[in-house]
Amino acid sequence: MADIKEIMKPENLVYGKSKVLTDNVMSYCPGCTHGVVHKLIAEVIEEMDIQEKTIGICPVGCSVLAYNFLDIDWQQAAHGRAPAVATAVSRLKPEKIVFAYQGDGDLASIGTAEIIHACNRGENIVVIFINNGIYGMTGGQMAPTTLEGMPTSTSPYGRDIKLAGHPLRITELIAQLPGTTFVTRQSAHTPAAVRKCKKAIRKAFDNVEGKKGTSFIEVVSTCSSGWKLSPVKSNEWMVEHMFPFYKLGDLKDE
Amino acid sequence: MTEEIIIAGFGGQGVLSMGKILAYSGIMQDQEVSWMPSYGPEMRGGTANVTVILSDNRISSPILFEYDTAIILNQQSMDKFEKSVKVGGTLLYDPNGIIHPPQRKDIKIYKVEAVEEAARMQSAKSFNMIVLGAFLKIKPIVKLENIIKGLKKSLPERHHHLIPMNEKAITRGMEIIEEVK
Amino acid sequence: MADYRLMKGNEVIAEAAIRYGCDGYFGYPITPQSEIMETLMLRKPWEETGMVVLQAESEIAAINMVYGGAACGKKVMTSSSSPGISLKQEGITYIAGAELPCLIVNVVRGGPGLGTIQPAQSDYFQAVKGGGHGDYRLIVLAPASVQEMNDFVGLGFDLAFKYRNPVMILSDGVIGQMMEKVQLGEFKPRWTNEQIIKMYGSWATTGKTPDRKHNIITSLELDSSRQEKFNHKLIEKYKVISENEVRFEEIACEDAEYLFIAYGSSSRICQKAIEIARAKGIKVGLLRPITLFPYPTKKIQSMLSKIKGILAVEMSAGQMVEDVRLAVEGKVPVQHFGRLGGMIPTPNEVVHALEEQIIKGK
Repeated sequence: MADIKEIMKPENLVYGKSKVLTDNVMSYCPGCTHGVVHKLIAEVIEEMDIQEKTIGICPVGCSVLAYNFLDIDWQQAAHGRAPAVATAVSRLKPEKIVFAYQGDGDLASIGTAEIIHACNRGENIVVIFINNGIYGMTGGQMAPTTLEGMPTSTSPYGRDIKLAGHPLRITELIAQLPGTTFVTRQSAHTPAAVRKCKKAIRKAFDNVEGKKGTSFIEVVSTCSSGWKLSPVKSNEWMVEHMFPFYKLGDLKDE
Repeated sequence: MTEEIIIAGFGGQGVLSMGKILAYSGIMQDQEVSWMPSYGPEMRGGTANVTVILSDNRISSPILFEYDTAIILNQQSMDKFEKSVKVGGTLLYDPNGIIHPPQRKDIKIYKVEAVEEAARMQSAKSFNMIVLGAFLKIKPIVKLENIIKGLKKSLPERHHHLIPMNEKAITRGMEIIEEVK
Repeated sequence: MADYRLMKGNEVIAEAAIRYGCDGYFGYPITPQSEIMETLMLRKPWEETGMVVLQAESEIAAINMVYGGAACGKKVMTSSSSPGISLKQEGITYIAGAELPCLIVNVVRGGPGLGTIQPAQSDYFQAVKGGGHGDYRLIVLAPASVQEMNDFVGLGFDLAFKYRNPVMILSDGVIGQMMEKVQLGEFKPRWTNEQIIKMYGSWATTGKTPDRKHNIITSLELDSSRQEKFNHKLIEKYKVISENEVRFEEIACEDAEYLFIAYGSSSRICQKAIEIARAKGIKVGLLRPITLFPYPTKKIQSMLSKIKGILAVEMSAGQMVEDVRLAVEGKVPVQHFGRLGGMIPTPNEVVHALEEQIIKGK
């Protein structure tokens, strides 16, 4: 039997952790999409060699602690205000690559004004939008993106359209704004989807480097804890229920 | 020397700019000055007024409730400010549009027919400078040369060609002011 | 003769910011302070110094833009009036919690609610006692003249960076709207990125370089004991500020038996009231707090042996008077006089209040 040391040689390395990821243990639940997307952003930053140039803006929500996991300079914004914060960083430090990382409650509910106006101004930033249709951090309340009939702790009998209005497809709205250059909806539930998602993230970061305006990536995601399903069941539920309403693909690529 | 003045009339009559020129002239002769306008929606087409203070000393309150001189250019302002002139103070008004002329006996009252005179000069915009000239005739608190210097500082360069016209209007105002006995 | 100009308080804020090397202004229109952003847009400083000026979609966005800029070590500011400042409170407490330097100008109008656009001083508590949630303080400067509107922009930025703390200029509609003669400061160049890295690279998000750990700007601390430690650190900072940064002015205090305490435009009215009162033989002086936090508590205490009574004059229902009473500790009578809702007290009313409430002791 070969010694483990015989195997652990650089030439045998087929996969490694990005050096932009810190060694901190991620605080996300098993099956959560955040961890995958964090990894993809870290890999893109490493591949583009822009660790020094990148400033991340993280939200209020489960990813409030994103700053612990990516080894770049971070600002943690007030709930929903990441696009306003990113606007100022991008305007005052045009040499930097600025991205805002937001969830659906943050971006599509409390921060609607900020995201619409930042995108409308065409701020030269990337927005990563994690949409899992629920408030994860506060314990599974109804989000603006919660599907009709979907039970949450504040819609225990399922989202009632008459009571709570319709789930918001904000990405379609964003795609209408002339300031955006690239608007896409991705997922990260299969290896193929992960590869596609990473390509989209790379394109968005390239766009900022090329000063092309706002690039917006929605990642349709799962929340096993909030949905009260196993990670595998969550993925199945997402494919069956989320994807028909939140259709994957590019909405705009100029 | 401290002179506390209220200038009051309609928005668009040049009330605020007259006050500004007066204040700038004060700076030109090394005085302390303040210019405090009424502000807000009341200024849009309604009455406008500005308190101007020139003093050799540090100015205390920029907002006043009684004045050495009131320059009054419409009836609403007459109703509001005639009573605010200090005893022994001065009231200068343009009788155009004034239905109830001032009645007080304990102040000096002057009139200047500036609207008519500006029409005669075919220069409606000279109106406020005619009034300013009239005021300076009775209260020569700033020198004409400092007014001209003040105009040069407060007007954009492209309007400097208007200064001779303003000077003419000031001189005319000095000539046509009358005391009301 | 010095180069004096005749300018509005609001215009001067804009001009002073450009001249002091301000990197960014983010605002939203509201009366009576819109001239600040209007002046900046007319001046186009981005062509001259590279200063960024942006009309935000709301006061909320504006203050969060300030957060983002300040977190980069940039000299950034916003301005608004009372209702808009209320909207900014969330951002302000984040800025205080993340220990970021910035300048906030409040040209106060009467309230509550939409209130009036006329001048008031009814935001004292909000400015001085915190305003948003959590234990924090702003350094609060109260200009009483157009010249001080100019001077406090530079002073405000200096204090903000010295203590990594937000600074508020608490002005009002009188100071913002009036013109006085003013001597503007010399142009100071904006800091270069290299200077910012040298001065503030230990905390600012200037980009993570191999020679340092990544910088994180946040006000979040999930560990209670660490949060408490941080709260104590802030309290210590406020103590140091209270010891070193108290500013005030005394007028006619040498022989004074009675004292007005008033800040901002009320202090100007009190100066007129002193002229009237002294003509009547009443020996009254004025203590004008220039910093409202830190408050000149010790100064007031040092004056009490010669003073028979104090009238706090403010255009509010009685807010600053509480700080006067805390300083005086019942040793001499303290009364409040003010007008509300955009009404401005007349000097005669102030003198009358002194006679009735303090001298006659009613």
